[in-house]
Amino acid sequence: MKWIATALLAVVLVLLPFFAGDFYINLASQMLIAAIFALSLNLLVGYGGMTSLGHASYLGVAAYISALLTSRYGLGHGSAALLSILGTTVTAAFFGVIALRATGLGFLMITLALSQVLWGLAYRMSNITNGDNGIGGLTRPMPFGISLDSAAAFYWFALIVASFAFLMMTVFVLSSFGSSLKGVRDQPRRMAALGFNPWMIRWITFIYAGFWGGVSGLLYVYYNKYIHPTSLSTTSSAEALLGVIAGGSGTPGGPVVGAALVLLLKNYVSAYLDRWNMLLGAVFVFIVLVMPTGIVPGLTKLLRGRPR
Amino acid sequence: MTSVVADHALEVINLKKAFGGLAVTQNVSLTIRPGERRLIIGPNGAGKTTLFNQISGDMPPNSGQIKLFGNDVTSLAPYQRAHRGLSRTYQIITLFAGDTLEHNVTLGLLGLRPSRWQMWRPLAFYGDLATEARRTLDAVGLLHLADHPVSEIAYGEKRRVELAMALAQKPRVLLLDEPLAGLSDTERSTVKSLIGSIPRETAVIMIEHDMDTALDLAETVTLLNYGRVIVDGERDTVIADERTREVYLGV
Repeated sequence: MKWIATALLAVVLVLLPFFAGDFYINLASQMLIAAIFALSLNLLVGYGGMTSLGHASYLGVAAYISALLTSRYGLGHGSAALLSILGTTVTAAFFGVIALRATGLGFLMITLALSQVLWGLAYRMSNITNGDNGIGGLTRPMPFGISLDSAAAFYWFALIVASFAFLMMTVFVLSSFGSSLKGVRDQPRRMAALGFNPWMIRWITFIYAGFWGGVSGLLYVYYNKYIHPTSLSTTSSAEALLGVIAGGSGTPGGPVVGAALVLLLKNYVSAYLDRWNMLLGAVFVFIVLVMPTGIVPGLTKLLRGRPR
Repeated sequence: MTSVVADHALEVINLKKAFGGLAVTQNVSLTIRPGERRLIIGPNGAGKTTLFNQISGDMPPNSGQIKLFGNDVTSLAPYQRAHRGLSRTYQIITLFAGDTLEHNVTLGLLGLRPSRWQMWRPLAFYGDLATEARRTLDAVGLLHLADHPVSEIAYGEKRRVELAMALAQKPRVLLLDEPLAGLSDTERSTVKSLIGSIPRETAVIMIEHDMDTALDLAETVTLLNYGRVIVDGERDTVIADERTREVYLGV
């Protein structure tokens, strides 16, 4: 039953461009990008117990590095992508050393502060980042000579990357290391006594989450062909965090659903409602009241609990 | 390092610890032979658990030294001490409540294996870990509950999972912090025979208030009071000592 549902979902996802218009294909592409981003944040929030309010840093750093390298320094997309992922991962490693001096609220505040620093730099160093104007006129890569300029082509590209990301992060969570991570989240002291190095486990996870945040950032800048400091802002981090929590943190599918929901409300509903933020708020209040652990765990419980 | 046969499994030398003005460990020195069974007794607040926390590395001492098999471990983190053969249980149950018993014990096994860093292979693929975890659960009589989450089992069973997690690591020095606390009479005798069956390669240091049970397991006894070692030696000598009666037995 579960396999049939999964196969059906896969078929629908792959064939989507054949029955949906460009608007919906583009919406789906954005959802995929947001899903990768939310999944990477979920590694920290859900499985690591490290609530970060600065995860947009990694999306933004990757996007900015790629944008600068391809537009200003004329690098090819291949090497620019590698360098931006590398740069993002190194940034995450460095930020991790600083942020992991604390846990809980302290960790949250440090990640917030660090992302604000990057946001400030993107805004103020206008000779490099073009400040508030952002960097526009960017191009999409052409992997194996295939143009990604059509909505469908980009969608399939994003689908491949997102599927791979989902697989990698799910295996990560199910692995020995994932078990260590969950153990450190639940009982750090016991884990240390058992021979695990809690700090190192958190740090590696932080870097890994930064890496996938960077991957989503690359897709983000390819999709938009434009990057603006807003992408690095706290709002951007907070939206992703809301998505993770609404969908169900610490579950493999929750962040995907949550991210899709946020995007749907943001892009679709905002066309009809001026105050879409109010609706977003109302939806979250509803979720928190009815399904405090998130949509996916909530629905799973509902389906299982139903008398047969 | 391993080729050297040390005379002592654990040495604590002039250990001192104070919380502000309150001295909780005052010049404590202990030596434990490999395979020794040591019971640590003392009234509430004598500094027994604080001593354990310093030995395991959870708490840094103000001064003094801790040696495991002749190597100074005073400045090592808890996980590094675990890799040198030290294991412990907690007075307050510290388990992974949402996970199955098997997973709990598996974590104990994983902690000492390099495969704990493996990120690309699901844990379920390590069949040997599961087999070993189940064998350990069988040894503590909990195999039938292996697939149940810890949150669903009884208190006395949780105590045994605590023990199983530590035993799975085949430690050379095992610290047991009140393994009998809160158990019924039957459970008590189960856990007692369990501790009695720990192989001789393991030195066992146990904090326990239940003297009737614990004294049977002990070869040597240390009496702590106000953070000081009051009496230290062979079981019968310590029990017969007048100071023990005065401080602890209240006779």
